[in-house]
Amino acid sequence: MSTPAVHHDPALRIVKRDGIALWKNWLIRLIAVLFALILSGLFIYAVTKMNPLDVYKSMYDGAMGTSRRTWITIRDTMTLLCIGIGLAPAFRMRFWNIGAEGQMLVGGIATAGLMIYLGDSMSTPLMLVVMAVASLIAGAVWGILPALCKARWGTNETLFTLMMNYVAIQLTSYCVALWENPYGSNTVGQINQQTRAGWFPEIFGNSFTLNVAIVLLLTVGMFLYLRYTKQGYEIAVLGESPNTARYAGIKLSKVIVRTMAISGALCGLAGFIAVAGSSHTISTSTAGGRGFTAIIVAWVAKFNTFVMLLISLLLVFLEKGAKEIASQFNLNDFASNIITGIILFCIIASEFFVNYRVVFRRRKEVGPS
Amino acid sequence: MIFLAIVNAVAMRGVTKTFGAVVANHNVDLDIRRGEILSLLGENGSGKTTLMNMLSGIYYPDAGEIFVDGNPVSIRSPKDAFDLGIGMIHQHFKLVDVLTATENIVLGLREKGRLNLKAAADRIRAICDQYGFAVDPDKKVYDMSVSEKQTVEIVKVLYRGANILILDEPTAVLTPQETTRLFAVLRNMKAAGNAIVIITHKLHEVMEISDRVAVLRKGEFIGDVVTAETDPQKLTDMMVGRAVALNINRPEPKERVRRLEIRNLTVRNVYGVKALDDASFDVYGGEILGIAGISGCGQKELLEAIAGLQRVETGSIRYYPDGDGGSATELVGMNPLDIQEAGVALSFVPEDRLGMGLVGAMGMTDNMMLRSYRSGKSAFANRREPRKLAEHVIEQLEVVTPGVNTPVRRLSGGNVQKVLVGREIASSPKVLMTAYAVRGLDINTSYTIYNLLTEQKMQGVAVVFVGEDLDVLLELCDRILVLCGGRVNGIVDGRTATKEEVGLLMTNLRKEEAV
Repeated sequence: MSTPAVHHDPALRIVKRDGIALWKNWLIRLIAVLFALILSGLFIYAVTKMNPLDVYKSMYDGAMGTSRRTWITIRDTMTLLCIGIGLAPAFRMRFWNIGAEGQMLVGGIATAGLMIYLGDSMSTPLMLVVMAVASLIAGAVWGILPALCKARWGTNETLFTLMMNYVAIQLTSYCVALWENPYGSNTVGQINQQTRAGWFPEIFGNSFTLNVAIVLLLTVGMFLYLRYTKQGYEIAVLGESPNTARYAGIKLSKVIVRTMAISGALCGLAGFIAVAGSSHTISTSTAGGRGFTAIIVAWVAKFNTFVMLLISLLLVFLEKGAKEIASQFNLNDFASNIITGIILFCIIASEFFVNYRVVFRRRKEVGPS
Repeated sequence: MIFLAIVNAVAMRGVTKTFGAVVANHNVDLDIRRGEILSLLGENGSGKTTLMNMLSGIYYPDAGEIFVDGNPVSIRSPKDAFDLGIGMIHQHFKLVDVLTATENIVLGLREKGRLNLKAAADRIRAICDQYGFAVDPDKKVYDMSVSEKQTVEIVKVLYRGANILILDEPTAVLTPQETTRLFAVLRNMKAAGNAIVIITHKLHEVMEISDRVAVLRKGEFIGDVVTAETDPQKLTDMMVGRAVALNINRPEPKERVRRLEIRNLTVRNVYGVKALDDASFDVYGGEILGIAGISGCGQKELLEAIAGLQRVETGSIRYYPDGDGGSATELVGMNPLDIQEAGVALSFVPEDRLGMGLVGAMGMTDNMMLRSYRSGKSAFANRREPRKLAEHVIEQLEVVTPGVNTPVRRLSGGNVQKVLVGREIASSPKVLMTAYAVRGLDINTSYTIYNLLTEQKMQGVAVVFVGEDLDVLLELCDRILVLCGGRVNGIVDGRTATKEEVGLLMTNLRKEEAV
């Protein structure tokens, strides 16, 4: 028997951690963000030869530089968070709802349509309630459809929800053409610009107070729902093991449809907030990819809605900052997206170090004993 | 090294392996010799498989040294292991179903020249003839029985030139007859000068096949003994670390009450094949009804049909809450929730513990409420009672867990089963069904489970025990129902039946209708 001569000890090995202290967990993530900033700094320097610190400073200015900018950042954080909250129960159930984009759009269409047709016919609070309910229903319908087909025929929900996005986009195009204003502009324009009927009112001197209030309420509500209610428990059991759920007497189809109704409805509500609470118009870019960004929000936060708040803020902050440096330093808009990409990559990669340790080769004594 | 002619085929010295905080092996010294069958004996979690995985290149030791034929070696991959002549047959077969035996055997080999399947098949036949294997090189794996698949795995290892063979629990999936055949082959291989290690925890097999026994306990090497100079009791004491009584207490049933009446039950599996064919029998409170049979003979479908998890084609399952005279509830057509709501006190410990009975990612508290979380009108789930129950089960069954919220899949197999059985017993069932309740459990935990079941029986519960170890079935059960190909092939008295009798019923379908 020949003895292979070239076998050396591996230089490093990967060992699974046996749990991790909370502070260490957060420290690793913090290091990941810092590392990402250094990495992006290198990238910025390589491309523009500019001082990365200046660039970061202007990113901060872009997101938080003035009170107005800060509020816009908060407003967009809330919209993104709302979609993320909507996605959380579906993903918790391991139902791959990548149709938030479409669910949000149909919610937006319902809102915009009511704004146009109801006009000034009722008081603002009543009108807001009507629009909210309509957007919830519209989103729920968009969510229930793939859920029903999955429950009944076992269709693939990933494809189904994705395709529903395109239906929603076409529907939006149709509505934009229908509600075009002024004629020939190919946009809907600001709806009820004079009367402001159906717009979120100013509360405490700020027009985004209602956005924040609604979404924070949902943040707490969804946290409690997933963690403490019986339905939340059913979702978790079904997500972890459908067989165990059957064994426990959980009706799979009922839970799937119910959960997707909630998921779709909340994404629809995000459309309501985006239309009535921020843009006051509807277009195919009302969702603007946020339905997909929110998937990252939900997963990175592991469905903890309070962590989702932080992740949403980080993402919106980066987006606003990126826009700013794009205009200030003549950096391409896409170049700034690379920075976002680097940061997200580092955060997600840091999961590895939360779960595993890397052990380097140790010297060991040789010679047979 | 020892100065006489004996050079150990493999010598492990001071080998240590840890996973996180778990020490799987600590400072283990083990010798493997040519021309000898070594049994590696130990309870579950004692580190047998981990130790052998370090020889076969799956894990790399944290510390210690390995010598092959006296030379220090470093085994970093299965390829390295094969280069050294070490081959391992794993518990779970690693074969491609749609390929033939030959194709599976040559798969992954990087031999020079063109692939010559015919030559390979000839070499395989030669190996088979040499050791007495029965395998058809051209048969597809999906057409093979479990025993044939295992044979292919062994031939695969020999084909690659292995002369140090490690078999991980090879008999766990075999019938008594197949085991006998396997042992004959192992003896032939030993006679040809190979070194053979079998990992097992079945004592009678250790006594039958091996020349030497090495015992591991909690990751440490306890010692090795020549088989001829020991006996099962001594080995058990070595394995467990203290004296253990090796007999199951089987009190006479006190009062038998009919609980389930199963008539002409027919169930088709997902492929449309009759998994259960016209089965009729009764289940009585106050006794343990054993169900024997080669795996896949309808055991799973039978229990799942009763539990409402399997669609029934024809037949009836009637439940008598108050015994024979009282009213009956028809269970066919009900789902698990209906059964629960109809007040049927039925508990079920399924075969797939983490895939069906429990949620692996959840802690004990959340798992305790799996079947009872609906109670109460509130929309919020009450975790106070389940938490108390979890603590109670930990105390009563001596579950080893860091806490009630530690995900149960991080617990050892025995503790997982204690959690599951503990929950099912806690609901005070009238019928308790268990499928392979002690599979993969160590001796101590197995006896804990046997005692729990017997305790339930004495409290008047109708216990259904689907098992695979005939010795245990014959020691534990009052009656044994034997399934063969989905049919009830006989019901025998557990106190008078012999192993051969049951073995025969398992494999030979009787022509006339069963009792």
